[in-house]
Amino acid sequence: MPSATAPPDAGSTACVLDPEGIGALVRELRARGRTVIGPTERDGAIVLAELESADELPYGWGVELEGGYYRIKRRTDAAAFAHSAGPQSWKNFLHPERVRQWTADRAPDGGMTVRAERPEPTSFAFLGVRPCDLRAIQIQDRVMTGGRHRDDAYEERRTGAFLIVVECTEPGATCFCVSMGTGPAAQPGYDLALTEVVDGTGHRFLARAGTEEGADILAGLPRRPADDLTRTRAREDVEAAAGRMGRTMPEVDLRALLAGTLEAERWNDVAARCLTCGNCTMACPTCFCTTTEDVTDLTGDHAERWRRWESCYDLDFTHLPGGSVRSSGRSRYRQWLTHKLGTWWDQFDSSGCVGCGRCIVWCPVAIDITEEAHALHQESLDRQAGPKDETP
Amino acid sequence: MAEPPVRRRPRLGVFKFASCDGCQLTLLDCEDELLPLAAEIEIAHFVEASSDVQPGPYDLSLVEGSVSTPEHLERIRRIRAESRRLVTIGACATAGGVQALRNFADVAEFRATVYAKPDYIETLATSTPISAHVPVDFELRGCPIDRGQLIEVITAFLADRRPDIPDHSVCFACKRRGTTCLPVAHGIPCLGPVTHAGCGALCPAYGRGCYGCFGPSGSANMPAMIPLLRSDGMSDEDVLRFLHTFNVAKFAAIEPEREDP
Repeated sequence: MPSATAPPDAGSTACVLDPEGIGALVRELRARGRTVIGPTERDGAIVLAELESADELPYGWGVELEGGYYRIKRRTDAAAFAHSAGPQSWKNFLHPERVRQWTADRAPDGGMTVRAERPEPTSFAFLGVRPCDLRAIQIQDRVMTGGRHRDDAYEERRTGAFLIVVECTEPGATCFCVSMGTGPAAQPGYDLALTEVVDGTGHRFLARAGTEEGADILAGLPRRPADDLTRTRAREDVEAAAGRMGRTMPEVDLRALLAGTLEAERWNDVAARCLTCGNCTMACPTCFCTTTEDVTDLTGDHAERWRRWESCYDLDFTHLPGGSVRSSGRSRYRQWLTHKLGTWWDQFDSSGCVGCGRCIVWCPVAIDITEEAHALHQESLDRQAGPKDETP
Repeated sequence: MAEPPVRRRPRLGVFKFASCDGCQLTLLDCEDELLPLAAEIEIAHFVEASSDVQPGPYDLSLVEGSVSTPEHLERIRRIRAESRRLVTIGACATAGGVQALRNFADVAEFRATVYAKPDYIETLATSTPISAHVPVDFELRGCPIDRGQLIEVITAFLADRRPDIPDHSVCFACKRRGTTCLPVAHGIPCLGPVTHAGCGALCPAYGRGCYGCFGPSGSANMPAMIPLLRSDGMSDEDVLRFLHTFNVAKFAAIEPEREDP
């Protein structure tokens, strides 16, 4: 397993692409029948959307992030990937918010026909996957396809997807991938990895392939062999990014911390601030919960089952006869955090958090997962130390 | 060959109390569904659509408007008694509507100011939701209600199932449709985090903050919401006005206590 600061040019296929090479990359992927999804500026945010050409990349845009705060801003250079996580993640494409699962029709003779929905074949290429988001995709892979109940539609979308990771050189103030061990350098799992370098020598991308298809595509692009200056700059920029994380998690066993603080006072404090609006779960690249709803048409002869994103902040999420199991905001926030950082290990053998910071940015009231973890850690330390005055 | 048994269509009644008629109009706006609906249901009482008014009982009654006059008090009990299922539609019927502003003021003073001959006006001191007076089977929110949700409620009634009408926040809808958060990315005041979904996050999709026309969500933390509105540039008075619109009584019921100006 490479470390977070492993040299990004370790592969033997390393080469350098100019911005024109990125244009050629998008054209080649589209020529191969792929739907290219990547970052683009829209409505004052860097969103993920289908790209018809690399011209739609957010060249020259950066972002300013804080708890509950997101602004795009013009950069002095023309970097395309100098922005950290935006409002969406790749789950919007791999795990769509709304999917029809089956339809049923009743014939006049009373006979019933049920048709399972077959997903339309998709062939995505994701351009600009951050290392933290690559880990998030791998975590969702485990959730969707790693257990007894596999999501075939997810698997189809996922296995057909071509992943182009772009290493992080401009972490946001809400980033903490280093704490979670997911970035800012690319880790295995990509088809292509890019590191964007902008300096006096020019605007270019150090590129290397992680799969045969990646190497095949790279071979057809206008490129030149990787030079030492570009290799060095790429490595240094990624290493520098690792040192510029805006946030950290407490350096403790988070799973044990969460398991040991279920009755902490801090839950009351955060519950007073939490809107229970569900934004953190929708923005989170690993949150995967769904609900299914059956609907009928006016005649009652046609029924459909739809699956859609659900959130543990929704009262309906735990609705049983007699009401919601987690009726208080406290219990719902605690459920989210303990699952994300703690019981995810029990269920899926990893953390559910990749340190992308989306839940911090897109929480309208700026609740900060790292701040809450630090507060829980501090409270548990205080509790272990015991009351100062009352010890005999 | 024997004739197939004639299926009795359920009978629908649509009734209006203190309201603007916009929610009943939503039923007429269901252009694509109107003929299939008429095939499944007998529209027995719908004054806005037809002067052919049939007496009760009704299998499903849709009630628009708030209880605002002494006459309403008696009439809603009669409609309830004639209805197997009673569904209230819209902010007036579910929350008292904008006319519930009177609940926080002196109605006699309003009457004297507005009307040339106030003694002609018979009114209650408050405007209240239907559910304050009779049991209600389902409350469909919105000002006005959403056409798709209205069809869903009627369809669910026909199939004798629970309508698929979530009571979570508008934020769910913004995130699902990919609308970038207005308060976070633009500092625009938005009631989405405390407002009941159902509109599909229509206003935020056009860059306008949610103004809460569906009323509070099932889980609205108002004390946490007010500071957010303040930090997005609203004064205390702005906040009060923002919340005191079509669902004034519902939001007021969960507002944090504040000192009177």
